[in-house]
Amino acid sequence: MKKICFYFQVHQPYRLRTYRFFDIGKKHDYFDDYANRKILIKVAEKCYLPTNQLLLELIQKHQGKFKVCFSITGTLLDQIESYYPEVLKSFQRLAATGCVEFLAETYSHSLSALRPEKEFESQVALHTKKIKELFGYEPTIFRDTELIYSDLIGERVFKMGYKGMLTEGAKHVLGWKSPNYLYYNTLEPKLKLLLKNFRLSDDIAFRFSQKSWGDWPLTTEKFVSWLNLIGPQDEIVNLFMDYETFGEHQWAETGIFDFMRALPDRIFSNSNFEFVTPSQAVEQLQPVAGMSTPFPISWADEERDLTAWLGNDLQDDAFAALYSLKPMIDQCKDPQILKDWLYLQTSDHFYYMCTKFFSDGDVHMYFNHYSSPYEAYINYMNVLADFKVRLEKAVGEQALRAETKPKKKSVAKKKAAAKPKKKAAAKKPAAKPK
Amino acid sequence: MKVLMFGWEFPPHISGGLGTACFGLTKGMAFNNMEVIFVVPKAFGDEDQRAVRIVSADQQTINLFDTQFQEYWKHLTYLEVSSLLVPYMSPEEFRRLTDASEHDYTDIKESVFAEKFTFTGAYGPDLFKEVSRYALVATKIAKEYTHDIIHAHDWLTFPAGVAAKHASGKPLFVHVHATEFDRSGENINPQVFEIERQGMLFADRVIAVSNRTRQVIIDKYGIAPEKVVTLHNAVTMGVTHTERYANPLDDKIVTFLGRITFQKGPEYFVEAAKKVLDVDPNVRFVMAGTGDMWQRMVEMVAKLRIGHKFHFAGFLNGAEVKKMFDMSSVYVMPSVSEPFGISPLEAMQSNVPVIISRQSGVSEVLNHAIKVDFWDIDAMADAIYALLHYQGISKMFARMGHEEVENLKWDNVAFKLKDIYQAVLDGRS
Repeated sequence: MKKICFYFQVHQPYRLRTYRFFDIGKKHDYFDDYANRKILIKVAEKCYLPTNQLLLELIQKHQGKFKVCFSITGTLLDQIESYYPEVLKSFQRLAATGCVEFLAETYSHSLSALRPEKEFESQVALHTKKIKELFGYEPTIFRDTELIYSDLIGERVFKMGYKGMLTEGAKHVLGWKSPNYLYYNTLEPKLKLLLKNFRLSDDIAFRFSQKSWGDWPLTTEKFVSWLNLIGPQDEIVNLFMDYETFGEHQWAETGIFDFMRALPDRIFSNSNFEFVTPSQAVEQLQPVAGMSTPFPISWADEERDLTAWLGNDLQDDAFAALYSLKPMIDQCKDPQILKDWLYLQTSDHFYYMCTKFFSDGDVHMYFNHYSSPYEAYINYMNVLADFKVRLEKAVGEQALRAETKPKKKSVAKKKAAAKPKKKAAAKKPAAKPK
Repeated sequence: MKVLMFGWEFPPHISGGLGTACFGLTKGMAFNNMEVIFVVPKAFGDEDQRAVRIVSADQQTINLFDTQFQEYWKHLTYLEVSSLLVPYMSPEEFRRLTDASEHDYTDIKESVFAEKFTFTGAYGPDLFKEVSRYALVATKIAKEYTHDIIHAHDWLTFPAGVAAKHASGKPLFVHVHATEFDRSGENINPQVFEIERQGMLFADRVIAVSNRTRQVIIDKYGIAPEKVVTLHNAVTMGVTHTERYANPLDDKIVTFLGRITFQKGPEYFVEAAKKVLDVDPNVRFVMAGTGDMWQRMVEMVAKLRIGHKFHFAGFLNGAEVKKMFDMSSVYVMPSVSEPFGISPLEAMQSNVPVIISRQSGVSEVLNHAIKVDFWDIDAMADAIYALLHYQGISKMFARMGHEEVENLKWDNVAFKLKDIYQAVLDGRS
């Protein structure tokens, strides 16, 4: 039997408020709570809650034969915890069915995989911890932000102990090869790769309601007939998309929910496909070849590369300025600063600075609350300037405390014992005197 | 002596140097016992169909000038003309502004100096028609209000001044705050140039805000030197007792404040910033203002990778400008071509040392400022660094500069202007 794998990306960023130059050094609230809350509630009601309910019904109806997979970012989990706990509960109900898999990723949907620092690894650990806490689930498969992937990223992911990874079936990497097989990382062949079938995925995610599209309207008959058209040897069709496709990008009025409700039945009756989750696919299938990807790819835009987030001067300057703070961050212990640090890394901030409006402008404008990339850049850099001032101060104060603390202890020691061993005091300042 | 003046803007809505200068000058004239009929264009909106309205003191929303202001109003008749004209507007911008709205207009002869205007009361469809329409209203005003002198500020009101002269026969003074060459470099709009030239030819005297502007008027507009006089601007005395807004940052701040356009030389400021930051990273640069080169400047800052130390503050209102100056350690005006430039004087009032380009008119009246060529970014960076690091010079500049500015009073400027008027009146009689 051929396999079909549904994967949904669930993410919302913490959007920045308009942060003026005059706020630098004075105000440290960077995020637009009002907008973030409003957008989350809107998307929850249009998409998360009804789609979760639909998936739950489908899972119950098909008694374990219908399966899906999510990657939920830490920023979204934080938002639903504080703005709309009901959404969290509905995801937890799905997790309890056992037919839902959760993937690992960076906590804040960041681009840290593109940086050499250990920030990537520590963010992945944070995210895994959060998933375990909320869903009692330990992810074994990894998906990087926006399906970003390269040989080197794959290697790092494998070293963290993951068995498989999701990425784009990018034409310029695959060439004549089909995305409908399992592949492996060329540096670490034990890391399996699941590739997005972008044509069939985008038929649902982008073209579903496009009346100018020759195949509009999309019905389950049509879609399953296309599934049946894939090569006779092909093994798996990976349908990867934004979760917001359901109800938010494609409104309920387009019939997207009815399509999804009817699709499993149609697949079971008209094709020889079965649903799998990524970890099942990785266990059950044999990889057919390595996929060499020296340069990072992603699922974004026509180019399937990183140019939605990085590459123009605005983005590169902001990105470099952000990660220049990493050495100081490693010394910082202030929980609020560390939280802001995570949220400031979210890839969306760089997406807003993108200047290639021509081929994918529609998609970019849809997700953007700034009126121009220039404003996005100015605002971000103002915030970063204040963040740096705060960070420097916090680290400086910490260092000062660290300097004064042992002295006090040694004084106390002196009083307790007549002759303290100076060496021991210097080596282990925090150790209690025996 | 009663002056019919075609001016610009009025507190509390002042968008730039031209409005500031007009306001300061009329106050100085009131101080010197001159009567002024001050006419300004203003978009009335739909609710008000009159072409001209008289605004009395109690209709004004300002009270910061209290008793002094009351005295000023006694000498002033303030007329607002329903018009979409705003200072610094190019024909292209005007089209953009008015494109959306509808206009009913009867065809007017091409030349703005044509005498046959059909006045409909509606706004003109393009800037030149609007300028003509404004001139027509001027004719009406000149016939209604008695006056001895006509005084017009910058090209958009020159046709109004000329029309008023036709109507009343009184001597005309055109005041040049900026020429088309300042605004557009060598790529001038010939229509604008022609309006400026005609205004200057018709005028009894051309008043230039600096010697360099006077020279431009003589060289490029071909006006007889004896007809062109220089009258430097001054600065309105600010309220000095307000609390200084402290810079909350450890880094010192270097500021550029003005329209982000070719004329103001913003790119030289960015390049100098890069040079300073290479040597001393503990400085922040701020570019406040808006303009057609804004996007290019943002790109340039990002390209030079100095975005973490270079901030764009957008357009600042009066109170914010004061705040910005208070926070600044150095103010830079790198203008490529600046007929005068009042903003450095305002910075100096706030005790901020200034660096100004030699290509600015204000450099003719200031001693306690560092003067560099606008293109000499090395000298500019050097001066910024020096003012940031060498206490001796920065303190001296702040103190001496403040004193120097205190002596540049509009009262004195108006006194000189009175002499210029009188010379022409004496010559006629």
